[in-house]
Amino acid sequence: MPDANSLYGPLDPAPDAGWVSAPPRMGFFTDTSVCIGCKACEVACKEWNGVPDSGFDLLGMSYDNTGALTANSWRHVAFIEQPRPAGHRTPPFAGDPTGPATSPASATAGAVTAADTGTNPGLPPGQPEAAALMAAGPEFLGMPGARPPGRGTGAESRTDFRWLMMSDVCKHCTHAACLDVCPTGSLFRTEFGTVVVQEDICNGCGYCISACPYGVIDQRKDDGRAWKCTLCYDRIGAGMTPACAQACPTESIQYGPLDELRERAARRVTALHERGVPEARLYGHDPTDGVGGDGAFFLLLDSPEVYGLPPDPVVTTRDLPKMWKRAGLAALAMAAAAVAAFAGGSS
Amino acid sequence: MGLKTFIQGWPVYRQLTGTDPLGRGAAAQSPRSAGLTARTETADGMARSVCPYCAVGCGQRVFHSGGQVTQIEGDPDSPISRGRLCPKGSASKSLVTSPLRQTKVRYRRPYATEWEDLDLDVALDMIADRILAARAETWEDVDEQGRPLNRTLGISSLGGATLDNEENYLIKKLFTAMGALQIENQARI
Amino acid sequence: MAEAHPVGFQWVMEAKKRGAKVFHVDPRFTRTSALADTYLPIRAGTDIALLGGVVRYILENQLDFREYVLAYTNAANIVSEQFADTEDLDGLFSGYNPDTGSYDHASWQYDGQEGNATVRGTGKERDSASGLEHESHGEPVPARAPRDETLQHPRCVYQILKRHFSRYTPEMVARVCGIPEERFLELARAWTENSGRERTGALVYSVGWTQHSVGVQYIRTGSIIQTLLGNMGRPGGGILALRGHASIQGSTDIPTLFNLLPGYLPMPHHADHPTFDEWVDSIRHPGQKGFWGDSRAFAASLLKAYWGDAATPENDFCYGYMPRMTGDHGTYQQVLNMIDGRVKGYFLLGQNPAVGSAHGRAQRLGMANLDWLVVRDLFMIESATFWKNGPEVATGEIVPEECRTEVFFLPAASHVEKEGTFTQTQRLLQWREKAVDAPGDARSELWFFYHLGRVLREKLAGSTQRRDRALLDLAWDYPTHGPHAEPSAEAVLKEINGYEVATGRPLGVFTEARDDGSTAIGCWIYSGVYADGVNQAARRRPRHEQDWVAAEWGWAWPANRRTLYNRASADPDGRPWSERKKYVWWDPDAGEWTGYDVPDFEKTKPPSYRPPEGASGPAALAGDDPFIMQGDGKAWLYAPGGVLDGPLPTHYEPAESPMRNPLYGQQANPTRKIYEHPINRMNPSPPEPHSQVFPYVFTVSRLTEHHTAGGMSRTVPRLAELQPEMFVEVSPELAGEVGLAHLGWAHLISGRAVIEARVLVTDRLTPLRVDGRIIHQVWLPYHFGTEGLVTGDSANDLFGITLDPNVLIQESKVGTCDIRPGRRPTGPSLLDLVGDYQRRAGMTPDRKVPVVTTDAAGGDDAAGSTDEQSAAAHQDGEPHA
Repeated sequence: MPDANSLYGPLDPAPDAGWVSAPPRMGFFTDTSVCIGCKACEVACKEWNGVPDSGFDLLGMSYDNTGALTANSWRHVAFIEQPRPAGHRTPPFAGDPTGPATSPASATAGAVTAADTGTNPGLPPGQPEAAALMAAGPEFLGMPGARPPGRGTGAESRTDFRWLMMSDVCKHCTHAACLDVCPTGSLFRTEFGTVVVQEDICNGCGYCISACPYGVIDQRKDDGRAWKCTLCYDRIGAGMTPACAQACPTESIQYGPLDELRERAARRVTALHERGVPEARLYGHDPTDGVGGDGAFFLLLDSPEVYGLPPDPVVTTRDLPKMWKRAGLAALAMAAAAVAAFAGGSS
Repeated sequence: MGLKTFIQGWPVYRQLTGTDPLGRGAAAQSPRSAGLTARTETADGMARSVCPYCAVGCGQRVFHSGGQVTQIEGDPDSPISRGRLCPKGSASKSLVTSPLRQTKVRYRRPYATEWEDLDLDVALDMIADRILAARAETWEDVDEQGRPLNRTLGISSLGGATLDNEENYLIKKLFTAMGALQIENQARI
Repeated sequence: MAEAHPVGFQWVMEAKKRGAKVFHVDPRFTRTSALADTYLPIRAGTDIALLGGVVRYILENQLDFREYVLAYTNAANIVSEQFADTEDLDGLFSGYNPDTGSYDHASWQYDGQEGNATVRGTGKERDSASGLEHESHGEPVPARAPRDETLQHPRCVYQILKRHFSRYTPEMVARVCGIPEERFLELARAWTENSGRERTGALVYSVGWTQHSVGVQYIRTGSIIQTLLGNMGRPGGGILALRGHASIQGSTDIPTLFNLLPGYLPMPHHADHPTFDEWVDSIRHPGQKGFWGDSRAFAASLLKAYWGDAATPENDFCYGYMPRMTGDHGTYQQVLNMIDGRVKGYFLLGQNPAVGSAHGRAQRLGMANLDWLVVRDLFMIESATFWKNGPEVATGEIVPEECRTEVFFLPAASHVEKEGTFTQTQRLLQWREKAVDAPGDARSELWFFYHLGRVLREKLAGSTQRRDRALLDLAWDYPTHGPHAEPSAEAVLKEINGYEVATGRPLGVFTEARDDGSTAIGCWIYSGVYADGVNQAARRRPRHEQDWVAAEWGWAWPANRRTLYNRASADPDGRPWSERKKYVWWDPDAGEWTGYDVPDFEKTKPPSYRPPEGASGPAALAGDDPFIMQGDGKAWLYAPGGVLDGPLPTHYEPAESPMRNPLYGQQANPTRKIYEHPINRMNPSPPEPHSQVFPYVFTVSRLTEHHTAGGMSRTVPRLAELQPEMFVEVSPELAGEVGLAHLGWAHLISGRAVIEARVLVTDRLTPLRVDGRIIHQVWLPYHFGTEGLVTGDSANDLFGITLDPNVLIQESKVGTCDIRPGRRPTGPSLLDLVGDYQRRAGMTPDRKVPVVTTDAAGGDDAAGSTDEQSAAAHQDGEPHA
């Protein structure tokens, strides 16, 4: 068991952050196996939290025109079109005269057109030429490196096909580097164990942005402050469900005490495995992972990279205490040396 | 605020004296954060409504304060929708509070290239005059065999599927009495 | 369903969780397909071939629910020996008249009933969309028909059905639809295995099904399957139409439609209904079984609600005031009349035909030739700005300075700024409370039409013109409130519900209707929504406090029944078919029907009841006749009348198709409504030459993120940003063939228009192997137009106007086009491009679209002169003519 106030390892973050008799830690379990990609979560979040629009650009990443989690999009539904078998399902195009898979839609391609989202850093700079390469027709298929990940697996036709959808969100890490590095105390741990930017404190220094191992937190260009999912701190404080989970038509987004959600998720994975979906797996549920487990975790149907998630995130402040300790020792040594010097000098 | 309260409210004081020596949780909570509550809790009122988009008929709760809609979300009591909404239903507050909504009568004269303003009462009166003129001009009393027709084919109407039953009822009743047969709605499309 | 009705889709997910298998059939792989167990890509416009294949599978393998079929359907009825099937006549039924493009139904009748007095030629029925009238009641048939309970008689419905669909084999399904045999069989097996005594299967369609030239027959094919499998009137079964507007069901029940009056009473026809008695008898059909027998009371009560004190039994309740139809007055006929200058004024009430209706150019040119146009909407929509921003302004076809249309834009109140009821897609009325006042000049339609009526009546006061009596005598006193004198929606609802004239007591149920002027009812099927003076539609007992039927949430017509024809959930003796699927049953001890739902049957009529000789109306329904609105109490596998394009569904190619019909010489629906108008040129289809000018099939539908013509979504940033641009989805194979690049531009050309769109190359579209060739389909959203936060060309501009003969709904789910890389031309050269295609395709102004394409005597496929072909069919297609 790590020390109290540790920046690494499993612990219950709210009591650790000084909340006496804290309520149970609350979180999200996002089950992508039932997501229908409707984006109600994106809209409900913006309606409740007054989040501005993030630009009117066709991105060409399947039906994803949001692109990424940004200061202006606190939920982001990713769409991944894959020429892969969909587990228990009948191959959708079996018997159809289809050619090799060539479409560009995999979000893993990351071939994003430049869209000004009004946020900073926003989306990575656009590579429309990459997107064009992927779709321009069979003549480009032979080019090494032109294919997005997951393609070019040797399949001669796209008999198999699946369309993955996933609503991404801030992970509300057990060990949240954004919070650790925040110099103003704007980012703080709530009594529910969630991580919230306090808009009245944030001065826009931006340290949190590079600290986030998931690339979630982001600055708004016009006001310079950092914004992200609050897990609807105001709503859950009033005993309500966060806006996205409340809206979700198919219960893909589930809100509740994290312990309960983790049990439910484990049962769901087992059930899917029994139904012939061996690829079902959890992501971010494990308290022993690099961020001490996420407050918002996922059931995925492919490896995290396919969804644009880091496979093995580690809290960027993991070694901070050790560094401080070393720094402290060094300081003590310096001080001792200084004292010795003075002492020596007086002798 | 007394000095003592002021000092106790100071985050560093709370950090050093409280349970949160690293200042990452309870000690860092700002007064604004501590005072947050859901605006639905403090709304003047809540109307039980139904989503205006498709025909599933999802229940909506419309919260309002000071005569303004402040939130629209799913009604968990509804056996149809169980509190859920799709992206369109979820955008209903933006729909009804949109700055793009037209709130003034607009009028385009024949051959004009721009809109102009018009009083609502004047518009209503002008429309009534035009209906009567169109009826007078295109009225058909009987067919060639003398059987009644009682109608005008000079007036058309399209719409109703987004309106209330009560509204459709009055529209049908009035148009039928006017002899305006040619009324249609999305159900034909 | 996940795509356009996501919240409804939660129930599919619930079913899936309990082990249901979900099949999705769609030309493109959608968000629904992503969650379905099996997805079947289909060539647009071939659903009858697919479903007909399922019918054949059921019959060939004897998988029907035989007890149900024998007891509750007309399977055993014996049909006239004069009837000839499409198998005999190469795609036509007997009785076809090429001069009118319609059928005489005499030969379709049951044996010995060919002289049924109500049978007529049906050209008139087509023009007045009388098929829609039958939404809630069947055509009249005599109560007793000859039957063969063994189903062996060669002319019994069961055997006719079997012969009719005998060629819809799995191979034929593959050939027509492009669905491989194995996949088809997977569907057929799952459907039949999950139906019967212990299990039920549900069929859900989106109303794109209605937007075909054989749309009604699509739905009939589904009904035949669900009836054969015993899935009607039972829990977990049925056919669910996913309708697309908040109260489109309500606007059909209380119709803002030309051919209907509230409660599916027909609008009078000048020739058929000159008098009140003739009108009423045409509805109730004296001697007929079922609840329409009471329609004299419904009709009298409606007129009493309209004309109040002025309506008396002596003056036939002012029936003489009613306007009369003479033919087709539907929205597309109106638009063509506008272009021809015959319409003076046009109201648009929350509808945007410039984007949402087929043939957008015709819509806009029609509006540009009006005297005046009134647009009532929340936002500035394309139909209000056609004179300024429409595509025809760019091409020079509309010049603002020369366009005479006077336009009034009146802002409308939103759904939270007024109270009233919506009727959702399962006939459930839900009352909305008002939250806030409408801003500025925005008003409800209730306000606008009430005050418009008031002003009209004031202006006409003292008029002695006969035509003004109907307005002056109109019962138009509604209580108003508030600073704007808003009429009371609840008072209107009470009138819709109906009340006793003498006392004002609201009626509890439609059986209280009287034909002596003592009751006034605005819409008889809604009687009971204000029972006991309580607004039943406003009931909101939480779902956790009631059972799964949730009968105390809102109010469903008729009489708060949640599942129609639910008597069929019990066997003929009134016992549930199975414990698992019990819903409504006969309680012999209490001597009444009971169950979870309100029984859709007379409560105390026992299963053993047999009507006395000569009975009519409800009393003529036997205790085991569950389909109580039908003229014989039975579900119709075969329709001896009422469906204008055939007693059985038949696969016809869409009006525009790149293919010759693989099943019959008759290419397309021979009764479809065609408008020969210079603006309405249809792309050629085989056997006409030049169909290869438009080699690709296109289809359109909705995206989750947008709503219909975009007036309520492209104006909302939250939605606009999610799908910000018009696009076309193409398969990688087609992209390679045509040279389209992902996110590049393409333009699509039909014989009406050219539009441009960004290209999404996606694996979700697939080429299909159809009848030995590869067919490419493209998909477009139809939400875009020139106004709003995000704009784009309108997909509906590509369509021409061809209508289903039963309901006059246009074929706007399938057409042919060409697709080219790059942006479209602008300005007048855009018209040149369309003109060039028209020339290449032989679409000259004087060309007539061939309707009959078979010589049933065995001649060759022929295009050419319609007249010659028609004459041939006339001789050979009508054995008893």
